[in-house]
Amino acid sequence: MNTLYLYTIVGVGLFTLGLYALLIHSDLLRKILAINIMGSGVFLILVALAARTQGAVPDPVPHAMVITGIVVAVSATALALALVIRVRTKVGHANLPEQSLE
Amino acid sequence: MLSFLLPQRVKLLGLLIAAGVVAAVAALGWQVAELGAQRYAIGGWGAPLGIDLYADGLSLLMLMVNAVVCLGVSVYSTGYFNRAYFRRSRAIYFWPLWMFLWAALNALFLSSDIFNLYVTLELLGLSAVALVALAGGADALTSAMRYLLINLLGSLFYLLGVALLYHRFGSLDITILSQHIEPSPAVWVAMGLMTSGLLLKTALFPMHFWLPAAHASAPAPVSALLSALVVKASFYIFLRLWLEIFPVDSSVFGELLGVLGAIAIFWGGVQALRQTRLKMLIAYSTVAQLGYLFLAFPMASYFAWKGALFILLSHALAKTAMFMAAGNILHFGGHDRIQDFDHVVQYQPLTSAAFALAGISIMGLPPSGGFIGKWLLLEAAINSGQWWLVIIIIMGGLLAAAYIFKVIGYAFTQSRKSHQTRRVPIRMEWTALILAIAAILLGLIAPWPLAIMDIGLPFSGEAAG
Amino acid sequence: MSLNALLPLLMVLSSLLVGLIIFFLPEERAGIRIALNLAAAVLKLILVGVMSWGVFFYGLEYEFRMPLLHSQELILHADALSILFVTLSTILWLVTTVYAIGYLEDSPHRSRFFGFFSLCVMATVGVAMAGNMITFLLFYELLTLTTYPLIVHRGTEEARRAGRTYLIYTMTGGVLILTGTVWLHAIAGSLDFSYGGFVSDLVDEHRTALIAIFVLLIAGLGVKAALVPFHGWLPQAMIAPAPVSALLHAVAVVKAGAFGIVRVVDDVYGVEVAANLGVTGPLAVLAGVTIIYGSIRALFQDDLKRRLAFSTISQVSYIVLGIAIAGPLATIGGLVHLVHQGVMKITLFFCAGNLAETLGIHKISEMNGVGRRMPWTMTAFTIGAFGMIGVPPLAGFVSKWYLGLGALEVGQEWVIYVLAGSSLLNAAYFLPILYAAWFKLPTDSWPDERAFGSGETAWTLLLPAVITAFLTLAVGLLASMPFSPLHWARFITTLEYLP
Repeated sequence: MNTLYLYTIVGVGLFTLGLYALLIHSDLLRKILAINIMGSGVFLILVALAARTQGAVPDPVPHAMVITGIVVAVSATALALALVIRVRTKVGHANLPEQSLE
Repeated sequence: MLSFLLPQRVKLLGLLIAAGVVAAVAALGWQVAELGAQRYAIGGWGAPLGIDLYADGLSLLMLMVNAVVCLGVSVYSTGYFNRAYFRRSRAIYFWPLWMFLWAALNALFLSSDIFNLYVTLELLGLSAVALVALAGGADALTSAMRYLLINLLGSLFYLLGVALLYHRFGSLDITILSQHIEPSPAVWVAMGLMTSGLLLKTALFPMHFWLPAAHASAPAPVSALLSALVVKASFYIFLRLWLEIFPVDSSVFGELLGVLGAIAIFWGGVQALRQTRLKMLIAYSTVAQLGYLFLAFPMASYFAWKGALFILLSHALAKTAMFMAAGNILHFGGHDRIQDFDHVVQYQPLTSAAFALAGISIMGLPPSGGFIGKWLLLEAAINSGQWWLVIIIIMGGLLAAAYIFKVIGYAFTQSRKSHQTRRVPIRMEWTALILAIAAILLGLIAPWPLAIMDIGLPFSGEAAG
Repeated sequence: MSLNALLPLLMVLSSLLVGLIIFFLPEERAGIRIALNLAAAVLKLILVGVMSWGVFFYGLEYEFRMPLLHSQELILHADALSILFVTLSTILWLVTTVYAIGYLEDSPHRSRFFGFFSLCVMATVGVAMAGNMITFLLFYELLTLTTYPLIVHRGTEEARRAGRTYLIYTMTGGVLILTGTVWLHAIAGSLDFSYGGFVSDLVDEHRTALIAIFVLLIAGLGVKAALVPFHGWLPQAMIAPAPVSALLHAVAVVKAGAFGIVRVVDDVYGVEVAANLGVTGPLAVLAGVTIIYGSIRALFQDDLKRRLAFSTISQVSYIVLGIAIAGPLATIGGLVHLVHQGVMKITLFFCAGNLAETLGIHKISEMNGVGRRMPWTMTAFTIGAFGMIGVPPLAGFVSKWYLGLGALEVGQEWVIYVLAGSSLLNAAYFLPILYAAWFKLPTDSWPDERAFGSGETAWTLLLPAVITAFLTLAVGLLASMPFSPLHWARFITTLEYLP
């Protein structure tokens, strides 16, 4: 069991955990956190898989992908948080109702 | 980007850019038609390291319909987002977001590697969410929120699949991947992840639950865009992956998609029929129409792909026209309750005509684009002996007729005009009508787009059918 | 592109353009609207004249082609059969336009009405001139769409209900035809109409499929042709304004269905192949049942227009019967009835409309003594009714004569009984009307009388009825003259049986 697989498994674990949290919580802030945890899981997997052969210099392309991914995730989170604030002021609470239209 | 800086000139600027993009697409179209598929390496790096732009017949068609719809939406929006209807602060946000979305769409249709597709998909999703939230009401905000979460979730699934594929084959380029790919457990897992992420975004039944609310609560031009183009974008990626990367001999999976598509047609149709609000009706109609696209998978023949693509194109035009018409009606009468339409619809003949013509295409009656697509799908279904698909396609058309005539019937009543009406800018009515006419004309010029689909043909493998 | 190719296109485009222009005319520009309508009608008449001359004397082909799908083209084509139908619809359209102008005077939404009216004619002409199944289907569906606004024109709840029924029936019929057509295309690879059909090579290999396609096509067409059991929409559609009913029954919808059946039997399958497949027999029986059923139902209607509607159901099936008997003489009878029924039925509907507009009469029980109040209208009505019954030398007699002869020729005596029974029933439901109108004493006042100056009614209403009544007389009396419908039907039959 080398560390590479450990990272990968942790990544998959984070992804699953995030997915679970996303589905069962109705609070929006928790959902956003859950999404971010999922994202971290994916990035972890990407970085872990970049080291293809033991000891060699890791492949730089996944690192570039992770950086891009982090940028996207940050902006997505910013947008999500802005929306949460708006939802809260309009609706009064930061939950998703079951049926939003009629 | 410029439009953040120049709020006064924003409309003019928007239109200029729109015209510019259309010209560029036309030029590209000429190039592809003359010279075949084009590849352009940004920064000169080239595959497998750099970012490539790639255009073949499929992307060209998507770009063209994109250009037409977006130009229409731009013109429409100059009327829609004016001071009388929208607070100025909101309206000025529309244009930059809108240009952003359009850029993301164009980039997406031109991308040739799967990570670049991820980035454009995210850009697309984020700008779409922001546009939905523009409407500002509680409904719009919550559905924007839901839409955002769905988008991120779908993208993450997709990204995880990308990671696995990269690990396995060391490349992101679609062409390179398609040469190296071979069935293995890792590929199956990657395929499953990417597929579920994309299907979530394409709103295939049963993952359609987020779509009606998001599409119905957005401002009219935005709804038009979402239904016409944004869901198609993830379908486009899915189609590319399915046709070029994944091993095609997975017929069980194809059957499953077909069954889900069939259920979507029924469910969407029945739900559309039950709606009391026009925009919800149109949104459910989108769910049903998306189902048609997936009917091609169990047949997987040349005609079937072409039929599905043709439905995609004509639906893009028709649905835009329909949402615009709904926007006009909403603006004119102040509501979109279908049962109170008798005071409203007959006083907007142009809008009614737009809705009716778009409806003809959605129902798949001749001579519209929808008819051609349906004909091709039907023929493919009969050729492959899959009669259950024939029945689905037929019933879907009848359901569509039912929910569309439910609305059109009100155009022929003789009730008196409702007193609280507002004038609708004439260009809003005309844009809707012209796009609807385009959806009809698409049926009469069918050989032309069908020929474009053959350029750099992604489905050449099965061209024998 | 040669001039000959342009003529059929011009036929279709003339009404399309006129229809579109009329939509944008303001309501009060009645003058321009009327001028446009009449100009298009006259132009069409001239075009038809030129084409029938060419087809008959020079054997010319007027054909317009445009690619539509892989290996499929949009074909507008003028052969002898299309000329027959186009001539009928063009002449009757001209007359009906005049009538509609009088009938709809001062009613709202006239631009919309005449716009769709023109589009409806466009679709009918397209149906008539379609050169293959896909073109036929295209215009056939357009016809459905353009007649819907005409049926719901009054905008009442009842009209909308009728419109809904109409759509349910016709849309279902449409998809049946679509399925049949696509299937046929998948098997045969071609859909172009040709004399004697184009599927004869496929009979051995695809026998079952061909029978199934035939059933699909006929069921789909049967909806518009109002064959039992697909006739339910027709009596309900009577809610439409009188000129629409007249057009629907005599020229457009019902006829398009019957015409389609003629096309399918003659030019898709070919009479011999169809007989070989064993599908014409059941079709003939179905037509026979419809004839008797329609007549019996007509007997029990007190509403004049509903009685006429059931009469249409019965009469249109004569056309189908003639085709399905599958003998040359019977085919002549069926084809000629396509024209004759149109002329007679439109007369009756014009008269019914006149009674309703002038005196407010809708029911037969209100018609006592109306012959003295409106002698011209009732004379026209009488001619039409006698024609329907088949009194010589009127139009209906000619059709029935050929149908009977044709049935004997191929040894199907039962048809004679159907014809005789139906004629008796026709007499039973028309003669009481005539008796009441001419010989009973009028009641004190009419339900809703309107004055129209010195005449019995407005001349725009009266003239069309008189003209078509005159035509009913003429096509019967002059049946043996060149260019009469009978002569033309013989010409088509010759082409059909001697390809």
